[in-house]
Amino acid sequence: MALAEDQGSKAAADKSWHGIVLQTLKRNEIRLVPYVPDRVLTPLIKNLHADPFFTTFPTAREEEAVGIVSGAWMGGVRGAVLMQTSGFATLANVLASLAIPYQIPVIMFVSERGTLGEFNYGQALVCRTMRPVLDSLAMEHHTVTRLDEFEFICDRSIKQAVTTQAPVALILSPLLTGGKVFDK
Amino acid sequence: MNTASKTPARNTKVMNRFDLTSRLVARLKNEEAVVGGIGNTNFDLWAAGHRPQNFYMLGSMGLAFPIALGVALAQPKRRVFALEGDGSLLMQLGSLSTIATLAPKNLTMVVMDNGIYQITGAQPTPAAAVSDLVAIAVASGLPSSSWAADEDDFERLIDQSLTSEGPTLIGVRIDDKPGTGTTRRDPVQIRERFMLGLGVRQAL
Repeated sequence: MALAEDQGSKAAADKSWHGIVLQTLKRNEIRLVPYVPDRVLTPLIKNLHADPFFTTFPTAREEEAVGIVSGAWMGGVRGAVLMQTSGFATLANVLASLAIPYQIPVIMFVSERGTLGEFNYGQALVCRTMRPVLDSLAMEHHTVTRLDEFEFICDRSIKQAVTTQAPVALILSPLLTGGKVFDK
Repeated sequence: MNTASKTPARNTKVMNRFDLTSRLVARLKNEEAVVGGIGNTNFDLWAAGHRPQNFYMLGSMGLAFPIALGVALAQPKRRVFALEGDGSLLMQLGSLSTIATLAPKNLTMVVMDNGIYQITGAQPTPAAAVSDLVAIAVASGLPSSSWAADEDDFERLIDQSLTSEGPTLIGVRIDDKPGTGTTRRDPVQIRERFMLGLGVRQAL
């Protein structure tokens, strides 16, 4: 009975946005996943920690995590970085001076704050800097809003990053994840 | 006046970055990786003689240790050295906690501490007169952290790190001399040569 429930919840997790991220990372042999957490990313982070395939850990800053996956990639191990919108805002320098000029495929998952029901004005403002920064660096990026498109976007974007040796940002919209809502 | 020499906690011999880097490189016999931080730190690594296992950072100030951590995690059987300036480390002190938590035993970090931003006009760092970076490393969870008393002690600490059960950090006080050479600023070639040197890539 307990086993059946476990399998049922596992199947449900596989079809969730975070289940798709975990499975797609695994299929593409992305083992190293440093992160600076976000409320929305909590189930993904929990499941990555629970899966021995992954080496996942928090870093103090997002650019530190970008440095770590860059070094690991040069050493032959693939990685991805998890963060939220305000964390991406700290990355312009490392993207422009490390990932892009050295042609390192840094794969980023950004939980989108600042839109579709944001309650913190600072988050709303910093969110507006994200796409202009990505566009000014001519970086590949996609905003994912639909669960049925997510696996395709996720899998293809990872493969394109690796084969073209270029960083990519996958922005996880509240339409996909539910986002973070004002609760008190 | 903010001068490093007035900080009693690091009252060790003032050495020279190029000399110490050359001493380190001369001891490398097993294709060890070396990651050189921004500016003078990688200029002197370049000047000490290019090796295929050297990586030179041309920006991303403060990321020499995180990049080296990534290499160390990816290749646990290879010794990885990281050379970083004091000003650079101040930008990324949190990385010491990350490294302490992951505790790769194949990582040796060297902090070149002259108390100044030499390359921008020798302005003192905010830490110069008041902070002890090795004490910060110890408090971050890296007990194998120490100041090298002199050149012989530096070489001894390097050798000792090779058999350490955890990551090692070595602080060295250095003079205010600029870097000896200038790294060829070709990031794609630097990265590709490094990956060849680490055995990750085959040449075209």
